[in-house]
Amino acid sequence: MLKVHHPGFYTSIQDLGRFGYRHLGVPVSGATDQKAAKRSNALLENEPNDAVLEITMNGPGLEFTEPTYIVLCGAPLEAFLDGVPLEMNQVYQVTAGAMFTSGHVREGLRAYLSVKGGFQSDVKLGSRSQFYPITPGNTLKKRGQIPYTPNTDFAPKLLKINPETPSKDIGVLVSPGPEYELFGKDYINQLFINTFQISKNHNRMACQLEPSLPAHQIRIITSATLPGTVQITPSGRLIILLRDGQTTGGYPRILQLDANSQDRLGQKQFGDVLRFEKNE
Amino acid sequence: MSAPPFTIKSFGPNALLLEWPNRVDVTILMDILGFRAYLLKHHLLGPDWELIPVYHSLTLINRNDPAAIGDLMRRLPEWYSSLPMEHKPETQYWEIPVCYDESLAPDLLEVSEKLGMDPQKVIEAHTAQPYRVYGIGFLPGFLYLGGVPEALKLDRRAEPRLHVEKGSVGLAGSQTGIYPQISPGGWHIIGSCPVSLFTPERTPPCIVAPGDQIRFRAIEKAEYDLHKLESEIGIYKYKTGHSSA
Repeated sequence: MLKVHHPGFYTSIQDLGRFGYRHLGVPVSGATDQKAAKRSNALLENEPNDAVLEITMNGPGLEFTEPTYIVLCGAPLEAFLDGVPLEMNQVYQVTAGAMFTSGHVREGLRAYLSVKGGFQSDVKLGSRSQFYPITPGNTLKKRGQIPYTPNTDFAPKLLKINPETPSKDIGVLVSPGPEYELFGKDYINQLFINTFQISKNHNRMACQLEPSLPAHQIRIITSATLPGTVQITPSGRLIILLRDGQTTGGYPRILQLDANSQDRLGQKQFGDVLRFEKNE
Repeated sequence: MSAPPFTIKSFGPNALLLEWPNRVDVTILMDILGFRAYLLKHHLLGPDWELIPVYHSLTLINRNDPAAIGDLMRRLPEWYSSLPMEHKPETQYWEIPVCYDESLAPDLLEVSEKLGMDPQKVIEAHTAQPYRVYGIGFLPGFLYLGGVPEALKLDRRAEPRLHVEKGSVGLAGSQTGIYPQISPGGWHIIGSCPVSLFTPERTPPCIVAPGDQIRFRAIEKAEYDLHKLESEIGIYKYKTGHSSA
């Protein structure tokens, strides 16, 4: 068992997502930075879809009651195993009773903690990703317990990989959304000549940007939305939907981020700047 | 091959949007649902695709990003043209209990004043006709319902509530609906539905499907309490039948 001594700011169990229920309004969920989650599983020679912990901004305090192996990937997190500092992107053996403690991410936003064989929380609608009300809660709870299969004889093929240098590039690759063509050329130009800041309204569902563009008159009948869809409200506010974002929406869908850009957006925090670039 | 009634728009690297004429129309909805059922029944798209029908559109999403969209732009119209003449989807009719007791309907009096109708008349108007399910979204199991009578049309609340109780029945604009979980919300709350339409433990998790019709039946508070209990322990019997599409 993994015992949760304290859950951190916003820590949740995530795999790669919940597929096949979007027509019933169930968001896809799954790790926000899929690439980092997959890397943490790969080092433990897990399946890519094995469940990991997504740690946001400020990490949890955890106790491993059984031996296993762990890896941390994604945003560099100040973390310790029985008081010994942990490196990112490296396999560590964990003994029974070991304590994992952590502080802030040093840059980026989300770190991923994987365990050998993956966390074995209940599968709901084909996924372990936490999303209320499909799962009982959205996040780990204090004194909660998450099962995993003990392991003492893992011989990793690779102990450590060099972390990718976090990209300082503020460009985010987008293709036109379904309503892109309904906006005039001057309006569209403003999407690409301006830079935008991540506002405080930024969570697993959506990320609002500042400043807004001018108010507009384009109205649509409610239709499907995707992770990475950039919506624009009548007042001109830009909202990028993320993995827990609603499956339908009534705002024009002006742009669409590709998967790689969604991963990168998942590492941006309040105040970070981005620029839309056409994916050509 | 005649042109299909939809246009196909690119929607990022792993999705396509099929749009029918831009209106809320049950004939269009049934055409979309019939085409969706045909694509699923004949496994034309493969297991990695999800098909999301809402109002006048069908969105095809592949779980891989980027996805091999390949020749779908060409094949979708071909598949549509091979649809049998009779491709109406199977739809169902549901009778859904709603209690309009003032303890569960914080906005009923305000709504009755705004509409200039007696509260009892509001209830009668709300339960007088079936509503069509034009899609499910916004929240898991939230039904987009069409068919609100002209007499019940009113603006949203000036101030949205941060917490609307699960089961609350809302009214705003030309829409009515049931909040499937606690959520923020800007609609006027005129009643409460005691039974869950969406339960992750059930297969399928949502009993109502797009294209179905639902009709509200006004119930007393005592019946509400009973059905709420029955729903919680999983023995509530939903009243259903075939829908007249």
